[in-house]
Amino acid sequence: MESTNPPVLQLSHISKTYTNIMANDNISLKLNRGHIHALLGENGAGKSTLVKIIYGLVKPDNGKMIFNEKNYAPENPQAARLAGVGMVFQHFSLFDSLTVAQNILLGLDKAYSYDSLVDQIVQMSKNYGLALNPKMTVGDLSAGERQRIEIVRCLLQNPKLLIMDEPTSVLTPTEIEQLFNTLKQLSLQGTSILYISHKLEEVRRLCNDGTILRDGKVIKNFLPSETTSSEIAELMVGKKIKPTVKQNSHSKEKILDIKNLSVKSQTPFGTNLKNISLEINQGEILGIGGVAGSGQDELLLVLTGETKVEKNTILYKGMDIGHLNPQERRELGLLTAPEERLGHAAAPEMSLIENCLITAKKEKNLVERGWIKFGKTAQFANDIMKTFDVRADNSANLAKTLSGGNLQKFLIGRELSQNPEAIVVNQPTWGVDASAAQFIRQALLDLVSRGTAAIIISQDLDEILEISDRFTALVNGSISTPKVTSKLTVSEIGLMLSTHSTN
Amino acid sequence: MDFASIDPTTVIYNLMIAATPILFAALGELVVEKSGVLNLGVEGMMIMGAICGFAISVETGSSYVGFIAAALGGAILSIIFAIMTQYFLANQVASGLALTLFGLGLAALLGHSYTGQVPPEVSKLSVPVLSSIPIFGKMFFNHDFFVYCSLALVFFIWFFLAKTRLGLIVQAVGENHDSAHAIGYNVTKIRFFSILFGGALAGLGGGYLSLIRVPQWTEGMTAGAGWIALAIVVFSTWQPWRLILGAYIFGGITILQLNLQAIGVNIDVALLSMTPYVVTIVALVLMSVNRSKKSIGAPGSLGKSFIKVL
Repeated sequence: MESTNPPVLQLSHISKTYTNIMANDNISLKLNRGHIHALLGENGAGKSTLVKIIYGLVKPDNGKMIFNEKNYAPENPQAARLAGVGMVFQHFSLFDSLTVAQNILLGLDKAYSYDSLVDQIVQMSKNYGLALNPKMTVGDLSAGERQRIEIVRCLLQNPKLLIMDEPTSVLTPTEIEQLFNTLKQLSLQGTSILYISHKLEEVRRLCNDGTILRDGKVIKNFLPSETTSSEIAELMVGKKIKPTVKQNSHSKEKILDIKNLSVKSQTPFGTNLKNISLEINQGEILGIGGVAGSGQDELLLVLTGETKVEKNTILYKGMDIGHLNPQERRELGLLTAPEERLGHAAAPEMSLIENCLITAKKEKNLVERGWIKFGKTAQFANDIMKTFDVRADNSANLAKTLSGGNLQKFLIGRELSQNPEAIVVNQPTWGVDASAAQFIRQALLDLVSRGTAAIIISQDLDEILEISDRFTALVNGSISTPKVTSKLTVSEIGLMLSTHSTN
Repeated sequence: MDFASIDPTTVIYNLMIAATPILFAALGELVVEKSGVLNLGVEGMMIMGAICGFAISVETGSSYVGFIAAALGGAILSIIFAIMTQYFLANQVASGLALTLFGLGLAALLGHSYTGQVPPEVSKLSVPVLSSIPIFGKMFFNHDFFVYCSLALVFFIWFFLAKTRLGLIVQAVGENHDSAHAIGYNVTKIRFFSILFGGALAGLGGGYLSLIRVPQWTEGMTAGAGWIALAIVVFSTWQPWRLILGAYIFGGITILQLNLQAIGVNIDVALLSMTPYVVTIVALVLMSVNRSKKSIGAPGSLGKSFIKVL
């Protein structure tokens, strides 16, 4: 239905070029008053650049914006906020060691007295069902609470347009429901919302209008309620995506056994692991869900061997490995792929060839009497690139020059090519575009069908449900009893994800 | 040996003088580190302040003009560090060390002809009434202007960081520069001016050394005071009030060991001279036994270069 009111924001022919990438190519867009408008696209499609232009963080090379029937070209975010544009970032722009109220104060341009601000925050929390305690330190809060801070911060400035960048990627299903209620209430009151997401079902449920970007161009404007998810997905990627194929393996021998594991976090504002017990068998994928900061990083460090643990809490094929370092564990066949690609899984300033040496020097015999066999290593790197469809012109390229998706394919490929007996992957497809994500998931499934045991830690619930055999949730450092994924209902999953969080 | 010859009143009086240069430098560095920058060049900026203050006050005959010059000298040297680390994104540790070496060398060069000269005397500023209290009056209320000034600065910096919006912004930039940038604060500019402020206070501390504490110019006269100031910032867990504690403990041990030397305690002089430094090391080790940074309170982005992502 075409709105008769003038649009709240109109973009005409916006273009922005970085050194040699056309991030935004002649984008025109119309946002209606009081509508929730979805902005969809793969990583690198130009969504972030576009919203940064609207929020005054990036200046366009060309094009014109009209906001509220006035010409609009914000110098900086302050100017954008003053005009009535608010933004909630995907990676929250918050300060861990400061309180909720201080964080909100920092994002406001008007001078507020601290006490009246505290009152307003409490009032705002009530009006929109955004439970918040202004005196808490942000570092101790959950992702959902942090997001509420960002939203309250925006709402205090009475925005006419609210930009939400991937708001649900860190939330539990219950928190998502709460968020949607808030957003619907806001749109009824006349606030327009630009909603960036790649979760298509959500978009279809929540949004009035939608726009799909690909390679910096507008591919299509669509009505979410009248378009199917697979149609949207095809438009985003530009080709059909094959669904993953799952084969069951038959052997069911226990590989990894974690017993009553409790570990104190090594980082400030980290999560302590509490009494975790898990078993993983050959040929199965155990999916561990949970929102960010529930202890995923700590659990991974324990499994890689970067954090040492007490005796007899981690058994690998019946052998105590709690004291072994990462290299010793790799030699036994237990491999890991951490979430952080640059800096943890790979050395950014080293070539792909050198990065192969980091985890595969023993397993692939890449070093002989202290000498690196570069020819063999390069061959290994090239094989990975071929098998795992890594798009880089040369294996001598530095790791940091690859796109997120390509580097992830390379790193997963590096581990999978060593034929591990057990593998632990944290966030296998984080920040990876849909087709690469599909490829990685299929590669993991293929590996497991040959008898490998896998633990997949992921915040992407859909992903875990798609590939895991058994599912468990990590909440506040504790884990629930794993259940067979195919027999789980949505409400059971929601319950598992929030059980302990209310304590 | 005659312990009775150590007069507690004089010890405390001298302790405050010994602690003041370190307190100035540590206060400056505290603000710099709160903004997320680690400037290891405190020693270099202090000695630049020492020579600039000394030279100008000898030339003009006014010690107050000398103190202004000391602050300017430290600030000007810190500009080099600020440009290198904030605009050219040079490594802060390496740049800070370079700044110390450069400052020590440049000060020696500038100060060549001033060795052995005597600076104009800085008069005492006795607090009326209070200074006539027996014992306490002499200990606390019979100092020069800068001792009171350093203590007042502790209050102002605490107030600035805890109660003002600008202070909150400085802390926000130091806690998470990416967030601060995303909200729309100019990280580079805020850090630039914080570094300048830190340089000025380090310079002031250096000036106090050469004009009041010693008072004369000798090459390398800061003798590690800048490093102690850096250590005290960590010791204070980035809280202004605790800087006084740190600086005064250090000052106290310095004065005490001098007194012990004077009465001829049967301990090697070298051992006594090293006690303030040993105590600093021990304190730092004890502090970092608890590894969780949350309890220590270091700014989240401390020492990291801010690289703007597009």
